Amino acid sequence: MSLETIRVSPGFENYLPQEYYDLVRDSQFTKPRKVSEMGSFKEVIEEHPMCAGCAMTLFIRTMYVALPSVENTVFIGTAGCGRLVLTQGAAPFIYGNYGDTNAVASGLKRGLGIRFQDTPKDVIVAAGDGGLADIGFSMVMHSWFRKEKFTTVMLDNEVYGNTGGQESGMTQKGMVLKMAPNGKKFEKMDMIGLAKTAGVAYIARVVPTNPARVASAIQKAVLIAREIGPTYVQAYTSCNIEYAIPTPKVMDDAREVEKARYGFQEYFTDEAKEYWTRIESEKRQVKGPATEEE
Amino acid sequence: MKRQAYKVLPGPEGLLPPPASIMGVRLPDEGEGLLHGDIVSEEEAMEGAAMALLTRKNPTLFPGPLMIWGWTEHTREKAPPFFEIAHEIPGVRIIPMPDYRPIYPKIDPEAVINPCHPNLTIWHNKIEACIFVGVHCHFANVTLKMIRAGTNCFTIALCAEAGHEDAMASVPNVGADKLRKFAEVLRRLKREGVKPLYEGHGIIPSGWAQQAHLTGADIEQPREEVHVGDGHALGHELERGLDENEE
Repeated sequence: MSLETIRVSPGFENYLPQEYYDLVRDSQFTKPRKVSEMGSFKEVIEEHPMCAGCAMTLFIRTMYVALPSVENTVFIGTAGCGRLVLTQGAAPFIYGNYGDTNAVASGLKRGLGIRFQDTPKDVIVAAGDGGLADIGFSMVMHSWFRKEKFTTVMLDNEVYGNTGGQESGMTQKGMVLKMAPNGKKFEKMDMIGLAKTAGVAYIARVVPTNPARVASAIQKAVLIAREIGPTYVQAYTSCNIEYAIPTPKVMDDAREVEKARYGFQEYFTDEAKEYWTRIESEKRQVKGPATEEE
Repeated sequence: MKRQAYKVLPGPEGLLPPPASIMGVRLPDEGEGLLHGDIVSEEEAMEGAAMALLTRKNPTLFPGPLMIWGWTEHTREKAPPFFEIAHEIPGVRIIPMPDYRPIYPKIDPEAVINPCHPNLTIWHNKIEACIFVGVHCHFANVTLKMIRAGTNCFTIALCAEAGHEDAMASVPNVGADKLRKFAEVLRRLKREGVKPLYEGHGIIPSGWAQQAHLTGADIEQPREEVHVGDGHALGHELERGLDENEE
């Protein structure tokens, strides 16, 4: 959990597999990268077993690039599609049992704070709608009420995609799925509203149609969670298998959904807004005018 | 020497071999080692391990994260004696276990070994003797059991902590000094007349380094045994095993 962990012992350079060799020589471990540079450097994740065209993978790739300090970040996930990528990323990952991700993250964040008092360690829960809104709902809400200082990222594909297409709390009302043949009878859960009620410091709803905006939301969420309190990013990451979206049309679907019902939303508490304004101001003083990706 | 009824031997032992600790094998103290489940002197354990590396097919070193990544002085100081050992084993390969991430959908068994399916690397390279060094104990325990379950590989654990019951040979508290001592045991056995299976010198490169010819090795492999036909069309192939890598 620091850059020291990717310093190669003397003599082993020629024995590293290609992937690790690239990671050591040319990745975001060696210098900060921008979303617009994706494809030109070794990313934290490249090979993965996700379905072709999966929007969740694009979101997770973008999330990795956006991390303010990948070597000081620990991910927590649980059963579901997302962990198939997260376990293979070159960032520490802890597999929480279904439902307890935010409880594990709470303990971890506090423990890291005691162990590493001089270095901020970022904890991010990244799990699906089933893991966070259904089975993990209680732990998610209580971590928010306790104002635990970590980020929760919901990979919202609006279905249990990994187990054959059961409806989740985040599925749209009326949606017919393989394992919900009569259509869902209840409304999609309003997790954004619940987050506001619980006093979450920063909340964002995003669709991976605009990678720079996704990166910006993740950076805000992580940095605000370091200093202020819990943050929540809810990302539409369609399941092209269970929703039968043709692979080449995945981003078309994302754009349509974004336009119709999942548009970008951002919410700060007053304290978080003040903190972020200060950060932005300091960045401008150091770097000059902000660019599109900042 | 303390003899155990249960022997930790090269497998394949079957799908679910019992953990050696459950079968009564205990961990060695400082100055001791494990050989086939028996507590022996450190010297004897090293000799058993060295003999396997010199005389079994495709000897391979599996350096783990605590060896590959130089994040502490302890890991950095172990690198030179590690290579000292490698240079004493003719025909040796180095295949790293850089971390413990599951590697899906496809592992490159010539470039890497993964704790989730170490048997793939062992099978692919037909490795019959190996050293694990610098692998965190909880992953080494799983990996060693999987190898014993499904392969005929002689496993050696040079452990910086307490040693490993599920390895055929294991020495605890291994730092740079004990690695140098093990290299000396290899040299001594050769001086005393042990003839290595392979002749020549150098480390056979693996993975991309092999393709790039970045590490030279001049190794002569022993000729494969040729069975004379006995009337059964496929008898000889089935006896020695089919080569799944044959193009």
